[in-house]
Amino acid sequence: MTKINSKIPEGPIAEKWTRYKEHQKLVNPANKRKIEIIVVGTGLAGGAAAASLGEMGFSVKVFCIQDSPRRAHSIAAQGGINAAKNYPNDGDTIYRLFYDTVKGGDYRARESNTYRLAEVSNNIIDQCVAQGVPFAREYSGYLANRSFGGALVSRTFYARGQTGQQLLLGAYGALSKEIKRGSVELFTRREMLDLVVMKDGRARGIIVRNLFTGELERYSAHAVLLATGGYGNVYFLSTNAMTSNGSAAWRAYKRGAYFANPCYVQIHPTCIPVHGEYQSKLTLMSESLRNDGRIWVPKKKEDAERIRKKEIRPRDIAEEDRDYYLERRYPAFGNLAPRDVSSRAAKERCDAGYGVGPTGLAVFLDLKDAIVRLGKDVIKARYGNLFDMYQRIVDDDPYETPMMIYPAIHYTMGGLWVDYELQSNIPGLFVGGEANFSDHGANRLGASAIMQGLSDGYFVLPYTMQNYLADQIAVGTIPTDSPEFDDTEKDVRARIDKLMAVNGKETVDYFHKKLGHVMWDHVGMARNKAGLEEGIKMIQEVRKEFWSNVRVPGNPNGINIELEKALRVSDFLELGELMARDALHREESAGGHFREEYQTPDGEAMRNDKNFMYVAAWEYPGDDKEPILNKEELNYEFIEVKTRNYKTA
Amino acid sequence: MDLKLKIWRQASRNEKGQFVDYEVHNISPDTSFLEMIDILNDELVEKGGDPVAFDHDCREGICGMCSMFINGHPHGPEAATTTCQLHMRKFKDGETIVIEPWRARPFPVIKDLVVDRSAFDEIIRAGGYISTTTGGVPDANAIPIKKVNADLAMDAAACIGCGACVAACKNASAMLFVSAKVSQFALLPQGKVEAKDRVKDMVAKMDELGFGNCTNTYACEAECPKEISITNIARMNRQFIGAKLG
Repeated sequence: MTKINSKIPEGPIAEKWTRYKEHQKLVNPANKRKIEIIVVGTGLAGGAAAASLGEMGFSVKVFCIQDSPRRAHSIAAQGGINAAKNYPNDGDTIYRLFYDTVKGGDYRARESNTYRLAEVSNNIIDQCVAQGVPFAREYSGYLANRSFGGALVSRTFYARGQTGQQLLLGAYGALSKEIKRGSVELFTRREMLDLVVMKDGRARGIIVRNLFTGELERYSAHAVLLATGGYGNVYFLSTNAMTSNGSAAWRAYKRGAYFANPCYVQIHPTCIPVHGEYQSKLTLMSESLRNDGRIWVPKKKEDAERIRKKEIRPRDIAEEDRDYYLERRYPAFGNLAPRDVSSRAAKERCDAGYGVGPTGLAVFLDLKDAIVRLGKDVIKARYGNLFDMYQRIVDDDPYETPMMIYPAIHYTMGGLWVDYELQSNIPGLFVGGEANFSDHGANRLGASAIMQGLSDGYFVLPYTMQNYLADQIAVGTIPTDSPEFDDTEKDVRARIDKLMAVNGKETVDYFHKKLGHVMWDHVGMARNKAGLEEGIKMIQEVRKEFWSNVRVPGNPNGINIELEKALRVSDFLELGELMARDALHREESAGGHFREEYQTPDGEAMRNDKNFMYVAAWEYPGDDKEPILNKEELNYEFIEVKTRNYKTA
Repeated sequence: MDLKLKIWRQASRNEKGQFVDYEVHNISPDTSFLEMIDILNDELVEKGGDPVAFDHDCREGICGMCSMFINGHPHGPEAATTTCQLHMRKFKDGETIVIEPWRARPFPVIKDLVVDRSAFDEIIRAGGYISTTTGGVPDANAIPIKKVNADLAMDAAACIGCGACVAACKNASAMLFVSAKVSQFALLPQGKVEAKDRVKDMVAKMDELGFGNCTNTYACEAECPKEISITNIARMNRQFIGAKLG
């Protein structure tokens, strides 16, 4: 019998959220300021939630790892944000955005959550415009839209190639307003190292490390919201920021929160290829380029080989000798096929020997036709900043020669399990944005991450958290000197002491890179049983070696970058194993999770709805014990479940 | 490539700092500047030394966290480029590179190359937003905005808050940073309601925090990695005078 209760409201899908709001509990305005809320993370989800909860009158403490809330990694989202406004009059509706998102997620998302996401998408655009977010506009003065992968309508709003930045600065403005007003207290350069759960099972606080002083600090509240992003950096190389990490979520898991679908990782098709062992991160070239770009490799292996050896240039390949493989395989969606499908198609061509670039692990993204059709100036206005970034990194002029791209780790659909209220199975622990698992199923569509972050932050959590907090007014201030706080801090201190005491020979990055290679090779774009089993063993070995041979110099008092990294990597070394276990148990291919054993004759992902149409919510049973699998069955009442098809409309 | 580095080392805010010489060898020209520092730090850690502390995060030029003063320029010699996007191919083999933190009174050094830029957050808090609350706003297309104004607002809004303008300025003025935010909202109808208070409050806060005056050297514009235009300062000055006059 499953222990999972997803608390989906009754009623037709389009009425669930309204019904929820009609019946939820509220807190008396005079009592709100006596109720405290901790928000960890100041990206789109955390920043928007902290600002909105502050506006409502709650007492909010907000924590960020950087020096300012404005630097959260949401800022790097480039291409855009979806909404079902249907301004272009091309047939979009809330239902269609919902449908595309569920289909894009390969029917592994929770229907009710995804519908709500589509439902509030329009409010987000209104809100952001009111905040002064400078979205792109037409000459008429009205808002402009563009297309993104996995959709046949133009529903993506954007601010050049910096949409995430502008939306985050909007949320940061709202947050700054509340900090000034005194409803929100800001703590910067703090990293959450543990969650405090009381004896009655409720989440009541966090332990953070002050990254400047090295001190451990205790903070209590009536509820805790984690908006700490994804765990893509488990692969070492990803498009995530350097400090993006999975520790807050992982520590919550170790305190009893379920970790859902950890194996669902998004590998983005259009990133700048890896160029060397010293490389620290990968850079995304926005998916919006696929609006006007065509992706190809040479049709002939010998041409690909000569390009790799730099004997010929891409433009020497005649049009009829180019294989526009996305247009060939997916005529209806072409270059706008979803990310998982596009990434696998690139890998397939490169593995078959048609790849380009010095390593053969790259394909061309070519805007030549669009430059000819629209002129260089138009292309420059649309993508100038991306072209400049490409040129700075690769030292090649993309106006003259096609860009080279290859898939890279970008986003994690998996995350802490949450119910319809975005509350984890630990009462009082809420999770928003990429840190939760809820809306994207096994694959996320482009321009939907920032939609989800802001949906959770502005329009969902302020309601659902209030519902939870309605009966908390009698609790009073929560002291931080209880045995639970003492014990949790003691655990954190012991972990730090243990790391400092290893005093080995290798740097933290040495182990992180080693783990990253295992994850990419065995838990990456294509997975299989033998590879995953071997991967699990290898991760365990790296973990063992880490704990006997890592070197963390200096001392824990004060700034210690290596200690910060060591704490994160020690968690990645455990999280990586759970990802591999989840991938091993899921004997089907779905979205970003591709098992080589389960594919159609033409290489498409093959789901197994009979046995795997569920959310895998993993429970931590204690160290050295196998994690426990809890299943949340997915029931599609409002969408007909089909095989995903991007070949025909 | 082999390079000599002169890096500012300072243990804490209250201790005296100094330049320390380092060498790195066999650096690929395709390495980014921060990856070169990573390599140096790896060597320092392996030898049991203290790695150089520096701020960085997204490494794709958008978060505004990286902040090195390289060979006399904030973010180094390449125009319109943050430190994280700077690559070693822009330097010569055997070259000596001098690396310092931002130097400005309102940005005290915390350690090595890390400075405290919370003054920028304080300026934004003084009014760098539109005071709308969540919900209860009109449809996004209710107010058409001239494309040219929307584009100019976006140009100003592209500021990443890194502080290069302050570091570049001999007066440590924050006028480019403040004017970018003031301009973004001054150009949009949504921002006009609070425009007068915004400009007065943000300028007052900037002065209070110890940023200097603008003497029109244009160094900020020249060094800004996002090419924020000095015309924003002119716009802010007009706004400011207008607000003071009534």
